[in-house]
Amino acid sequence: MAPNRKETPKIFDAVEFNLQLKPCQRFTLDNGVPVYAVDAGAEDVLMVELVFKAGNWYEDKNIVAATTNFMLKNGTKHKNAFSINEHFDFYGAYLNRTCYHETAAITLHTLSKHLSALLPVVTEILTESVFLEDELAIYKQNQKQRLEVSLKKCDFVANRLIDEYVYGFHHPYGRYTSTLDYDQLEREELIAFYKQYYTQGNCMVFVAGKLPANIQEQLNNAFGSLPLNHTAQREVQYNTQPADDKKYHIVNDPNGVQGAIRMATPFPNRHHPDFAKVQVLNNIFGGFFGSRLMSNIREDKGYTYGIHSYIQNHVHTCAWMISTEAGREVCDATIEETYKEMDILRNEPVDAAELDLVRNYMIGSLLGDLDGPFQIIARWKSYILNGLDEKYFYNSINTIKTVTAEELQETAKKYLNPAEFYELVVV
Amino acid sequence: MIEFNRFVLENGLRVLVHEDPSTPLAVVNIMYDVGSKDEDPAQTGFAHLFEHLMFGGSVHIPDYDEPLQRAGGENNAYTTNDLTNYYCSLPAENIETAFWLESDRMLSLAFSEKSLEVQRKVVCEEFKEHYINKPYGDVWQKMRDLAYKVHPYQWMTIGKELSHVENAKISDVKNFFFKHYLPPNAVLVVAGKVKTAEVKQLAEKWFAGIPSGKKYIRSLPQEPQQKEARLLEIKADVPLDAFIKTWHMEARLHHGYYVADLIAEILGGGGSSRLYQALVKEKQLFSSLDCYHFGTIDAGLLAVEGKLVKGVKMEDVEKAVNEEIEKIKTSMVSEQELEKVKNKTESVIAFEDMSVMSRANSLALYELLGDPNLINTELEKYQSVTREDIKECSNKIFDPNNSNTIYYYSKN
Repeated sequence: MAPNRKETPKIFDAVEFNLQLKPCQRFTLDNGVPVYAVDAGAEDVLMVELVFKAGNWYEDKNIVAATTNFMLKNGTKHKNAFSINEHFDFYGAYLNRTCYHETAAITLHTLSKHLSALLPVVTEILTESVFLEDELAIYKQNQKQRLEVSLKKCDFVANRLIDEYVYGFHHPYGRYTSTLDYDQLEREELIAFYKQYYTQGNCMVFVAGKLPANIQEQLNNAFGSLPLNHTAQREVQYNTQPADDKKYHIVNDPNGVQGAIRMATPFPNRHHPDFAKVQVLNNIFGGFFGSRLMSNIREDKGYTYGIHSYIQNHVHTCAWMISTEAGREVCDATIEETYKEMDILRNEPVDAAELDLVRNYMIGSLLGDLDGPFQIIARWKSYILNGLDEKYFYNSINTIKTVTAEELQETAKKYLNPAEFYELVVV
Repeated sequence: MIEFNRFVLENGLRVLVHEDPSTPLAVVNIMYDVGSKDEDPAQTGFAHLFEHLMFGGSVHIPDYDEPLQRAGGENNAYTTNDLTNYYCSLPAENIETAFWLESDRMLSLAFSEKSLEVQRKVVCEEFKEHYINKPYGDVWQKMRDLAYKVHPYQWMTIGKELSHVENAKISDVKNFFFKHYLPPNAVLVVAGKVKTAEVKQLAEKWFAGIPSGKKYIRSLPQEPQQKEARLLEIKADVPLDAFIKTWHMEARLHHGYYVADLIAEILGGGGSSRLYQALVKEKQLFSSLDCYHFGTIDAGLLAVEGKLVKGVKMEDVEKAVNEEIEKIKTSMVSEQELEKVKNKTESVIAFEDMSVMSRANSLALYELLGDPNLINTELEKYQSVTREDIKECSNKIFDPNNSNTIYYYSKN
């Protein structure tokens, strides 16, 4: 019998799901370093991430934190850069390092069976890195050239400038790098930063995947006797210095055929009582493919390949950001339509069908985000670094399920005011 | 070992089921055996534009995305030179929604003029964003032109030029649909928290009534053996000179493909690879350097590309690349080096297989290639590669007459 194609199959409302965040085990190494562990997954793989308070929040000079982090793989007393790379490559493992604003991380992904061969080299990197002049010179030269290429791209330029407008250049979130900053880097500065923020720094460890039974012992042997977490970290405060002017139009490439548009307004952070409501409102506004910005500006007008809005993922203070690359001749129209969508959200309550859809979409999407050990630990990591716990998870879910159209309209009135937005077009 | 069940509907649709009770999700993946290589040379970019139109409403359902989102689902799609893949994941309880949506758009699209008009613009913006408004954005179109004289890999998936996309008409869209979007030309993979019996029943219910149509028989002109080295020089408004070189390699299912994959890894895979160590670190000729291959189903290209350190001459760079190439052609790789790249391959496969979405996608591809069990046996093909294979295959690939080189100069 032919199915009835005109009728939607019955669906189970995702909001009815009882979503659970798998708990993470916690233990402490001999030196007091906390470890958060999620043991799950079918494949014999795992990840170990060491997170240090070593982001650009703690540097006294531009790009010192990121350079120190990058050069962790570029030589120790006993192994040169090639030998370090070859060691991890030989076991098919990946050792990545990433520098964020507050934190910097070293992340190892490996088949579980090789963990014991790899951890000692991670220890070596934390205690015996040498930051050779030759390696620094190559890094400076290649980074400067990379920067020159990036500066030709309107999206790259726009991302730097919008942060500067929102936070001010002196703030770690608003600062960016010039070729001159690379020239001025000194080896001694890296060594000093390394000692203070890595070797004797403040560290926490996240592990996830199919964990060996003796994971605690292995981590303790590798990191438990290092001089970590002995001294309280120097805490630094920065105040934002938002720019006075709100509107900017910059020509980076006179022949450019597209403009990178960024619009942003400050928003506190995850601890703010409106945050969960703002997340729902953001989804309706520009947070997913079915959002109003996407439906209007891409799917109705065809001005862009994609337009997105999101709350930046910062610990201290954030911004609500709208980001797109649009045809040069339709940049103004795109901005106008974006403001129109803000007006509608302020002036009209979201109708029930749309709100239901967004609730279901957000819960379904959360279900996918919690699928697998790496996804689960990533969520825990985000909570722990932001000073949150599982209550936040269950509260957010509750808000998604229960927030009303009236509350969302109130939230829109509070935050989606065109006069409060920075507006930037880089062609 | 990744287990799966397979059955074929009467209309020719192949269905694979991979049960994984550990996830709350179901993934529905439909791969169509049509890519940009199946396009008319005067209408390139069409397979990809068409992928966009698949979201513009089907015969009974005005909007694809909305009902899926309401069911808590997410979806996406991509087009390559070889194939077009559509995938969605949603709470397993709502799997029938995905069957309803996917079967309706396989049955027929709505062929909306408005959708065509908007998506032409969207794709043009995508074209601009990735290939025009970007330094070096045109390099791969130029390289494809140089390397392929007859095979349709000579154009990129996005299309040869904007005008091909701009000129697409609704009649072209219809023809394309009824030529390629047919059950015998598709593979359906359902994975996650599902049972084969349930999938079978749903597949029969929603897909069995779709007519098979006339099976498209692909007959593409194969690229003849290249007989002489080709060189192209370009001057453009970019900050740095770049060097790009490719060589023809073997097709996806040949032993030589696996060998070439390992060769690319030896030369350019990561911080301990030969080219990176010699040319970026020791000689400091390149500020960035990559070696990889295109991974295509028909005979593809192995590529080396890099940006030159300022002040370095193109001839010196080419000479240095050739020296490294000479080494792999003349001296045997060590057991240890070969083991390293095999270990990396094992690890890449294990990490890929973590996600049920990725497993579904791989199963679809392997079925399209003719053997879904490759998902379990492909690692053995890599393991069986010998040091002699590496040397022999290097000599075959890195024949100067088999090479295409671009000197991409900065105007400034």
